[in-house]
Amino acid sequence: MSENKIIYMDNNATTRVYQEVLDAMLPYFKDQYYNPSSMYSPAGAVHKEMEKARGEVADFLGCDPIEVCFVSCGSEGDNMAIRGTIEAYPTKNHIITTRVEHPAVIETCKSLERLGYRITLLDVDNDGNINIDDLKKAINDNTAIVSIMYANNETGVIFPVKEIGEIVKNAGAVFHVDAVQAAGKLPLIMKDEPYIDMLTIAGHKIHAPKGIGALYIKKGTKLRTVQTGGHQERGRRAGTENVPYIIGLGKAASMVKAELPKFIEHTSKLRDKLEEEVLKRIKEVKINGKGAKRVSNTTNISFKNIEGEAILLLLDGYGICTSSGSACSSGTLEPSPVLQAMGVPFEYAHSSTRFSLSLDNTMDEIMYTADAIEKIVARLRDISPYRD
Amino acid sequence: MWEYTDKVKDHFINPRNVGEIENPDAEAMTGSIVCGDALKLTLKINKDTEVIEDAKFQTFGCASAIASSSILTEMIKGKTLDEAKKITNKDIAMELGGLPEEKMHCSVMGMETLEKAINNYRGINVEEDEHDEGAIICKCFGVTDTKIKRAIRENNLTTVDEITFYTKAGGGCGACKVKLEDILNEELAERERAQKNAPLTTVQKIKKIEEAIETVINPMLKMDGGSCKLIDIEGNIVKISFKGACSSCMASKNTLKGFVEPKIKELVDKNLEVVGV
Ligand code: FES
Repeated sequence: MSENKIIYMDNNATTRVYQEVLDAMLPYFKDQYYNPSSMYSPAGAVHKEMEKARGEVADFLGCDPIEVCFVSCGSEGDNMAIRGTIEAYPTKNHIITTRVEHPAVIETCKSLERLGYRITLLDVDNDGNINIDDLKKAINDNTAIVSIMYANNETGVIFPVKEIGEIVKNAGAVFHVDAVQAAGKLPLIMKDEPYIDMLTIAGHKIHAPKGIGALYIKKGTKLRTVQTGGHQERGRRAGTENVPYIIGLGKAASMVKAELPKFIEHTSKLRDKLEEEVLKRIKEVKINGKGAKRVSNTTNISFKNIEGEAILLLLDGYGICTSSGSACSSGTLEPSPVLQAMGVPFEYAHSSTRFSLSLDNTMDEIMYTADAIEKIVARLRDISPYRD
Repeated sequence: MWEYTDKVKDHFINPRNVGEIENPDAEAMTGSIVCGDALKLTLKINKDTEVIEDAKFQTFGCASAIASSSILTEMIKGKTLDEAKKITNKDIAMELGGLPEEKMHCSVMGMETLEKAINNYRGINVEEDEHDEGAIICKCFGVTDTKIKRAIRENNLTTVDEITFYTKAGGGCGACKVKLEDILNEELAERERAQKNAPLTTVQKIKKIEEAIETVINPMLKMDGGSCKLIDIEGNIVKISFKGACSSCMASKNTLKGFVEPKIKELVDKNLEVVGV
């Protein structure tokens, strides 16, 4: 493998924008610049294309187009779902989520906690699974919304959305699912998952650009507008539509939907091989979340007694792009809250490294990466004062 | 992505003096696996000249922790213990062409380990030393008030965030941040007072003398098996009693006038006079 080729294994952070997606977007920056809300016919044509994109996203999510609300990113979708629900149910003051959510959900809940809302954070076990009984115990008439992720960004662990959803519906609460890391990795068919009231996706995780996302809002869901102003998106989110990006999201959604079976087959083969090689070659390795159901493209590996930022930078030296749950690489001083919640011991937690694959990765890259990891771990363990 | 200088990158990718010296003359370890970084230093010291003839390190930590340890071993080789003892975390960071602010604690770890190793060589009981060194302020990272105050003074820190960058205190659950703020405000007030050169009140004098005894004077006296204690102060007369080897030692007068008094003058107030009781 050539030295200066970039091997991109950080697809849970962001994905390559597909050429076809970019091509589809470009006219809407130039000739097709009209405001879709205007009355003249050139604007009407833009409006029609935007609605076509809505249809593509609806198709991707297995829902009706009027259930798709475009937003600027995953974080906005999460904020809108949680805050909008809280405002819609003024007599309820309880929110349930988990300890391993994305900051877009956890921090939103924390900010509501300061306003007087009660938050329950469900624990996870060593594999990253929640205990359904904890949810049953926590949920009550006062619970306005339960927000959980479909798949975890760091470990790829999939939550039992159906089981959770049924409990939430029985309790009469709203169910929001952050599917930012599940979109493009699992089939999402809303008409088969009627217990989901709202679900967030983000464009840049499915080969559209950064700065666009969508919130699925099931017909009949009571939600207050968080961003007030104009009547766009059926009055649910004010602001002139980001037309080129919406077009891009539509195109990406239809491409990613078509290649999903291939994606699952390809990335699980590569991921399994990478794990197999690492486990075979290196002692004292932990694959975080391996005991749970995971999305096919993600593996989160910890190496005992070394530190993750050092691994990440040495991998970068090999041209391999990954991310780390180590304290040092995140700018905080504590290792990833997700791994801490899973009870990963400290001698492992500091070194967790996430490899997240796409259809672009090859078996050659996997073997090259396994070689690189083997050398890097040996080298850092050599420097480490901890050894067994 | 962190912005590392070429020198940091070089020492991270090609660390110098990795390993452990067999039968070292001095050794020390700081940090822990829980905190996310740790450094073990072993030294070979010439008994006659006190020159550090060899130094080796082992580090668990991020790129800047490895680079800080590596450069430290380069810096101390060939120096006498007294010279090496003067190296501060700032010197280590400077030698690397600078460290990102969030990573300054890596250089602090280097300085602390070196000090611990020198104390170890000189027979100062490190554990005990650590014990009376101060109260733990940050439980998450086990940081004492002494360490925090020292970082504030030596690096002219002015915010709580900076304290976290240099000592890690406050970087975990955040529960200690209020205390950090109190310590910082106290230190800032002290700094301001010192700049204005206002005379010390009696209480301030007592506090500062006790601090000087605890952090500077007693560690030195302990090498000879002794220690001293503040008994009283009258105006500018400081009354001190010696314990252990010092009290019976013929040289205690010399210790008093030749070491304790000048130190107290230097660290507290030049008008003070020290007498033994
Ligand atoms: S006690 Fe200091 S950060 Fe937790």
